[in-house]
Amino acid sequence: MATNVAASRLQGTGANALELDDVGRQFGALTALSGISMRIAAGERRAVLGSNGAGKTTLFNTITGDFNPTSGTIRFFGEDITTLAAYERIRRGLRRTYQISQLFTNLTVLESVYLACRGVSRRRFSLLRPSPSDGAMAQAESIVHAVHLDDDRNATVGMLSHGQQRQLEIALALAGAPRFILFDEPAAGLSPTERRDLIEILNALPKHIGYIIIEHDLDVALRVSEYVSMMHNGRLFTEGTPEEIENDPTVQEIYLGGGHG
Amino acid sequence: MTDLTLTPAASRTASQGWIEKVGIGHILLAFFLLIYPVMASDFFLTQIGGYSLVLGMIALSLMLLAGYGGMVSLAQITVAGAAGYVVAIFGENNSGVYGFGWPWWIYGPLAIMIASLMSALIGWIAVRTEGIYTIMITLAVATACFYFAQQNYALFNGFPGYNGLRAPDVFGLYWRDPVPFYYLCLANAVVAYIAVLYGARSTFGLTLQAIRDNPRRMRAIGFNVTAHKVFAWWLAGLIAGAAGILLVWFNGRISPGTIAVGPSINILVIAIIGGLRHPIGPFIGAVIVTLMQTFAIDIIGAERFNTLIGLVFLLIVFVSPDGILGLWERLKPQAGRDDWRSFKKAANKAEKKGRNA
Ligand SMILES: Nc1ncnc2c1ncn2[C@@H]1O[C@H](COP(=O)(O)OP(=O)(O)O)[C@@H](O)[C@H]1O
Ligand SMILES: [Mg+2]
Repeated sequence: MATNVAASRLQGTGANALELDDVGRQFGALTALSGISMRIAAGERRAVLGSNGAGKTTLFNTITGDFNPTSGTIRFFGEDITTLAAYERIRRGLRRTYQISQLFTNLTVLESVYLACRGVSRRRFSLLRPSPSDGAMAQAESIVHAVHLDDDRNATVGMLSHGQQRQLEIALALAGAPRFILFDEPAAGLSPTERRDLIEILNALPKHIGYIIIEHDLDVALRVSEYVSMMHNGRLFTEGTPEEIENDPTVQEIYLGGGHG
Repeated sequence: MTDLTLTPAASRTASQGWIEKVGIGHILLAFFLLIYPVMASDFFLTQIGGYSLVLGMIALSLMLLAGYGGMVSLAQITVAGAAGYVVAIFGENNSGVYGFGWPWWIYGPLAIMIASLMSALIGWIAVRTEGIYTIMITLAVATACFYFAQQNYALFNGFPGYNGLRAPDVFGLYWRDPVPFYYLCLANAVVAYIAVLYGARSTFGLTLQAIRDNPRRMRAIGFNVTAHKVFAWWLAGLIAGAAGILLVWFNGRISPGTIAVGPSINILVIAIIGGLRHPIGPFIGAVIVTLMQTFAIDIIGAERFNTLIGLVFLLIVFVSPDGILGLWERLKPQAGRDDWRSFKKAANKAEKKGRNA
């Protein structure tokens, strides 16, 4: 598995889910990202580590089109999506979760997941109520089940606990046949049990679905990813297997030592 | 023991027929509205009943946008007015300008179509903005339309507008006579009301509310937020357009005064007094404002009338930001989200609690 990943990374083309070339993002005078180049094979599971303010969330935002990079190009399965509208990228199979939950507080859990399934299929403008036999509704039911929210499927999202809202974030990213998912600190603020659930959900994802996970907790990150990229001050400064990263003295110094939090 | 408590629950489920589904509030209201002509004088039938229903429909189109979509529009009377001008131009008028005399079944759909397209266009301009800026940009559009209609004689016949608009005679009835007009307004209002109530839980209704809650997340699950908002404006335009036709049949005329800033704010006041959380709100607001407009003027005089309505508005906004509906929800033992069946749910809950104890 690891050798496959390494091989496709060397080739640098073809089946790559994501190819970033020299991506940068400025906020006025602030350089939040610069010179980010990375290749991620289809089905690869990558962790991105880095202290607060390193630019990890900004990287996700440029990939999903929440805002565009100020320089560089982004390819998704070979297609240049650098300036494509966010919803178009989603329809091509890209998904994300947010570090700070972005949910529909007045809808129910099932309605939210149903919309996420509907968003990438037809009849988005339907003026009819979804029937239980609707394909998107059936899919929504199974995703709600997969993230352990069955008991709260008809609960209003605003009433859910923090942990449940994080699970719903993940549910929204799993809806509608994703090909590649960006998880932005999905484990933040979860109890140990909820973390175990999360790891289980991630490891149970179909093998063809690749993802990048941003995770502060090294233990979690290393259990759900096969390759790690380290970011610091808006730059990628090293990549490697979990063991390499764990034993890298610079990483120890920057990330694990001081300045984290 | 368990059997004993479960039996009534089971039989209740069996009897959960259409009454349960429609809601007792709706049934009582429908009954009252249907027999209202028996009790009401012609004046109460048309000037209060019919007119409230028409204003309620226009305010309903605002409620759809604001309540479900989070877009507060001040241009709803403008959209209704567009339909009114189509009626004047393509139907009959006695202003000596246009008045092609087309039958109602051609100019009616045409008026609704043009109004809804105009609504979509206003929406398309307004969806770039959010919150207070939506209010401002729609106010700007409404004001521009008012001045344009006032100055343009070629199409809008300028300041005087069009007089002598006539409701049609169909099935041997003149539809501006009190009883037919009341039922005509009621039928239109009921269709619009049911459509909005049903549509709120439709796929599109859910997308609209989700966009209101979190447009960014909607984009991140594949929705073209702009397109969905514009579609909502188009739908609101259908309701406002239909109401616009009834409005000019009611008034017998249309002029720039119909679409001035005053009337456009009036619609907002109606919607907010009634409440934006449920489609019944705009109709409640319309009845209150119409009654006040009709009778407060007699009691306190025309000059003080706006002060009075302003005070009522302030009071309601302070006491209950969700309007009269909000007051009602708060006074009920258990607030339901958007239906009147919640008292039943509350009862079920209480019973469940009792059973668990
Ligand atoms: N929308 C924004 N506007 C201005 N500055 C931003 C914005 N988003 C992020 N930043 C800045 O970019 C830098 C990187 O932030 P972020 O990507 O959120 O870091 P991380 O997710 O790694 O903690 C920070 O200095 C942050 O203040
Ligand atoms: Mg972050």
